Formats: sequence, structure tokens, C-alpha cells
Amino acid sequence: MTRAFKNAATALGDDALVLAQRLGEWSGNAPTLEEDVALTNIGLDLLGQARFLLSLAGDEDELAYLREEREFRNVQLVEQPNGDFAHTIARQLYFSCYQELLYRELASGDSQTAGLAAKAVKEVAYHRDHAVQWTLRLGDGTADSHERMRRAVDALWRFTGELFAPVEGLDVDLPALRGEWLATVSQVLERATLTLPTGPDRTAWAAGAGRQGVHTESFGRMLAEMQHLHRSHPGATW
Amino acid sequence: MSGQGMSGQDQLWEVFVRSRRGLSHTHAGSLHAPDAEMALRNARDLYTRRQEGVSIWVVPSSAVTASSPDEKDPFFEPSADKPYRHPTFYEVPEGVKNL
Repeated sequence: MTRAFKNAATALGDDALVLAQRLGEWSGNAPTLEEDVALTNIGLDLLGQARFLLSLAGDEDELAYLREEREFRNVQLVEQPNGDFAHTIARQLYFSCYQELLYRELASGDSQTAGLAAKAVKEVAYHRDHAVQWTLRLGDGTADSHERMRRAVDALWRFTGELFAPVEGLDVDLPALRGEWLATVSQVLERATLTLPTGPDRTAWAAGAGRQGVHTESFGRMLAEMQHLHRSHPGATW
Repeated sequence: MSGQGMSGQDQLWEVFVRSRRGLSHTHAGSLHAPDAEMALRNARDLYTRRQEGVSIWVVPSSAVTASSPDEKDPFFEPSADKPYRHPTFYEVPEGVKNL
């Protein structure tokens, strides 16, 4: 296993792991019981992907529970706090549209991740559908839901540039995927009576150095919650 | 707002799941959702995540007309003493499933 390949597996594995942890935070807190199950269900799909990918990079438990913040390679988008429900949905919309394109590319390749990607692309298509349905309902809903959804898509927009930065060892032309991603997201936002945020595009500065191990303020706290059990009781099982 | 979105009020839906081809949809339970599309998705997450189904129907609970418990006797009791209505005099042919 080359160092570059492990780097790529860690990056994609961390994306899935961190977002799974964020979605898990909704457990018991979602707006409705039905949504509680939907969000944690999506989180569990991502956790399954994370386990597979991190196992390719090393020992999954060690990687998840014993690395420091600066060693995580996830994009900053997935570590952003859940915020209100609209923020969670905007994060899901941006990320699942990206992940669906990425896995589709991986599935058509012949790397060790092709098998996982072929299976995961179906899971992610559902995640995208879930995010799209809610974006439409919140954006084109009440005045309050519209305003919250508008704030959320604007606030998270600056983290989307990082999604399309090349990843060492990943056999996918990420910058080339941005056009299709942008077309999908714009169309959804338009149907939801929302405006595509303006701001940094690929030629300009954008927030995000998560792939280099630089993370935003709330990430450390999330990591502490995710890791404390294993660090307090190494090797604990039940 | 063109109103495709939320009314702010979830309604109750009844969920019917077909467990596999050839069987009929069976009532699985009920759930809350703002509209039919979301009800279908919620049903997928709540009732088919362990491969319980290949098809789902959702029906607004308000569209169901139910028999009343008060009418139980006139509705159901007369059939209790008519054993000849039960096809118990046939041998079930071998290989017939789902009977």
C-alpha cells in the first residue's frame, strides 16, 4: 500500500467519519422522530464507508480514536457544527452532491476502492435525495424556514471550494467535477426559491485547509467527544 | 413562495409494505410527515431498513374509514358459527406457499 494511496483513503475516510459523528449528534434531538431516524441512518451509512476506507489506511480504531486534530484529513465542510436543521441540510446538500460524483468516478475506476464506491454510490444517492427534498421544503416553505435555509447555504458556501482541490493519491480529477456539482446545486437552490451564493470560486481564495490538517474551532470539541471513551478506557468493548 | 414547501404541520400517514413480489402490501405502521413524498422517504427509513420491503404505499390516515368497535358484534359475530365458510375440507397441494 503506497503512502499516497493511504493518504487518499484517509482523506475520504475522515470525511465520512466526521460527518457520521456530526449526524449522530442529532440522535434524540432531531425535529421529529422520523427525521431522527433518517439522519442517524445516513450517519450509519457514512460510518460504514469510513470503516472500510480507514481500514485500507491502517487500523481503523487507532485512526479514529487516537489521532490528534492536526492528523485528520477531512474537509472543513463536514466538521461544521450542526447549527439549526437548515444548516445540517445545507451541509448535507453540498456534501452528498459532491460525494455522489466522487464515488461514481471511483466506481468506474479499478482501484481498491471501486467495490466500496459502487455500493456507496447508491447510499449517497439517497442522502442527496433526502437533502434535496428538505432544501425544497425549507427554501420554498414559510418565511422563517426560507430565511434559515438562505442563511445556511450562504454560511457554508465558503467551505465548498475545498471539496474540489486535488487529493494526493486519489485517482479522480476533482477539479473537473465542480461543473456538474455546481449545475446540480444551482438547480436545486433555484427550485427552492433560493439564490446561489456568490463568492470564492476555484480561481479565487476559499476557506478550507482541512486536507492539510488545519481545522476549524469546533472540530476539537467534536473530536474530544468522539474519542474520550476510547482514550479513557483503551480497548473497551461491549 | 409558491407553496411547494412546508405548511408547518405534519400529518399522520399509514404505511403499507410489500415484503416481496407476489405478496400483497401489509400495514406496517404509521408515521408523521409534511407531505406524501416525505412520508414515503420516512417510511423507507423506518420500515424497510432491514430489507423488509420491495414496495411501499403511504396513505393519509384521514383517508382511512375504520369500522367502529361499537359495531363489532353486528359486523363480525354472525360469522362465528358458520364453519362451512371455511375451506377446511381441502388438502393443500404440495408446493403451495403463502397460503
